[in-house]
Amino acid sequence: MTALRRLGSNLPLLVGGLIVVAILFIAIFHPWLSPYGPEQMDMRNRLALPSAAHWLGTDNFGRDLWTRLAHGAAISLSIALGSVAVAAAIGTLIGLVCGYHGGWLDLILMRIVDLFLGFPALILAMALVAVLGPGAVNVAIALVAVFWTEFARVVRAAVMAERQRDYVRSALALGASDARVILVHILPNTLGPIVVLATLAIGTAIVAESGLSFLGFGVQPPAPTWGWTLAYGMRFLRSDPWLCTVAGLAIMITVLGFNLLGDGLRDLLDPRGMTRRGEGATPAAGPDSSSGRAS
Amino acid sequence: MLSYLVRRLLLLIPFSLGVAFVVFALLHVIPGDPAIVLLGEEATAEALAQVRTNLGLDQPLPVRFGLYLLDLVRLDLGRSIFRNEAVSTVIAERFAATAEVALLATLLSVVVGVTLGVVAAVRRGSIVDVGCMLFAQLGVSMPVFWLGILLMYLFAVRLAVLPSIGRGEPLVDALLAAAMGNPGVLRTSLAHLAMPVVALGLNGAAILSRLVRSSMLETLSADYVRTARAKGLPIRRVVMGHALRNALLPVISVVGLQFGALLGGAVLTEGIFGWPGLGQLAVGAISQRDIPLVQGLVLVFALMFALVNLAVDVLYVVVDPRVRLR
Repeated sequence: MTALRRLGSNLPLLVGGLIVVAILFIAIFHPWLSPYGPEQMDMRNRLALPSAAHWLGTDNFGRDLWTRLAHGAAISLSIALGSVAVAAAIGTLIGLVCGYHGGWLDLILMRIVDLFLGFPALILAMALVAVLGPGAVNVAIALVAVFWTEFARVVRAAVMAERQRDYVRSALALGASDARVILVHILPNTLGPIVVLATLAIGTAIVAESGLSFLGFGVQPPAPTWGWTLAYGMRFLRSDPWLCTVAGLAIMITVLGFNLLGDGLRDLLDPRGMTRRGEGATPAAGPDSSSGRAS
Repeated sequence: MLSYLVRRLLLLIPFSLGVAFVVFALLHVIPGDPAIVLLGEEATAEALAQVRTNLGLDQPLPVRFGLYLLDLVRLDLGRSIFRNEAVSTVIAERFAATAEVALLATLLSVVVGVTLGVVAAVRRGSIVDVGCMLFAQLGVSMPVFWLGILLMYLFAVRLAVLPSIGRGEPLVDALLAAAMGNPGVLRTSLAHLAMPVVALGLNGAAILSRLVRSSMLETLSADYVRTARAKGLPIRRVVMGHALRNALLPVISVVGLQFGALLGGAVLTEGIFGWPGLGQLAVGAISQRDIPLVQGLVLVFALMFALVNLAVDVLYVVVDPRVRLR
């Protein structure tokens, strides 16, 4: 009951959670949510506005937009979730090691982090996709290269704070090994910031993936990615602005859902605000989500 | 202060070396031979060999990296494969276009973001606060390229009051022309600038307003603010004179990061509005595998970002006397 009441008083968590669940449902069950295939054309209903037959209208080949956007949700979400999961794992590992070990290892690894942060995010991702070739897995790898640094920095800061605490010292005094102290004692206490950062990073990853597809560096057509649908819709901006409108709305609502969920989770799990955007950040070190944004 | 500056500038050398190494390593493992990309699949073996020699592609990798570094020391970024011009010239030509958008967008972002953040914090819990934070949440979640398209539809297609793509005269030239009594040039330049600047500026403002609001709320609950209120100072003076200055400290670093990122070329926004800046140049260079140009661009981006960061650190010391140099 208290958990429910807490959920009720945390509006961002509630609204964001509902949006995310709905989008995940669409992404997972999209083949059963529409009578059309994503490539199925209906030449008598080209560039149609929403109707009972086509909930979100059709494109210039009469392809059903609801079907295509639902497929796009599956592409976007699997890339975003996959890349953020791997980035979180790599970043957390490096953050744990750096924050706990300190010294020369910390110095070297953090300089590598600085190096990665010095590249504009989207250009780094584009260059990697150009090297690796297009395709969902390579796009995800490129996004991992962009996102792991944020996790490394946040986890490192959290570990450095936890390391000084009494419970860590007593565990060490009792003869616990470093690995045990890190995994059993410190990691659970840094999970809050990691979960919050991951949720917010998924939103940013969706924007980045759409941006790459928009520029033609993402998963290639005919895959109905959101970014490509938006770029394609620009050709009809004068006559049929509807295409661009729904594709953009799909991206925005999804990102909004993850952002709200992240904010709500932060109130719940990270009251000290390790993951607050740019806040309390010294210029040289501090978690920041704005540098990874696709502009 | 001077020794701090010198030390920070010296630290840029290993950083640049690292960047140069990463850029070099990344682009020399590209699948696909630049010589074939340049001449096409039907090129003769002799012609390909000639191009490889010209580009230095026949040398072993360590030698190529050494030669590359030697050129960098001489500030020679190489020649663009497709444009057959010095990379430094190509970048310099485009830099002003990106810089004017970045500067104006940052300015807009600070003015709108700080205003909304302060108003929301002072009127905490009111309808104004809710409205400001709704704007912020939507602005943060809205992809800037979609905002750009919506602006284009509204102002260029429907209302037809702004040009949809391209750039007018460079802003500096336009300002000079206006000073000489020809305001039409400036009007055209600003009309072209309007949409890219608003799209990028509003996006930045959304991020800043949230930050300013929470920073302001924290400061407003501090003891010295309560003391100032208790002494009977009007709320306006407390907010403007006492709270705002301290609340804006964490904002500086985020504004710096935003500006640094924008100098790296707003790739998507430049693409939508056909803005001839560094972002568009980078997209073209990467698509065409113009290796020297990509290397030069990324190196310049990383250095600009590092310099902006340094400037932010120095600014911190100037604004906040409590910050000690290490």
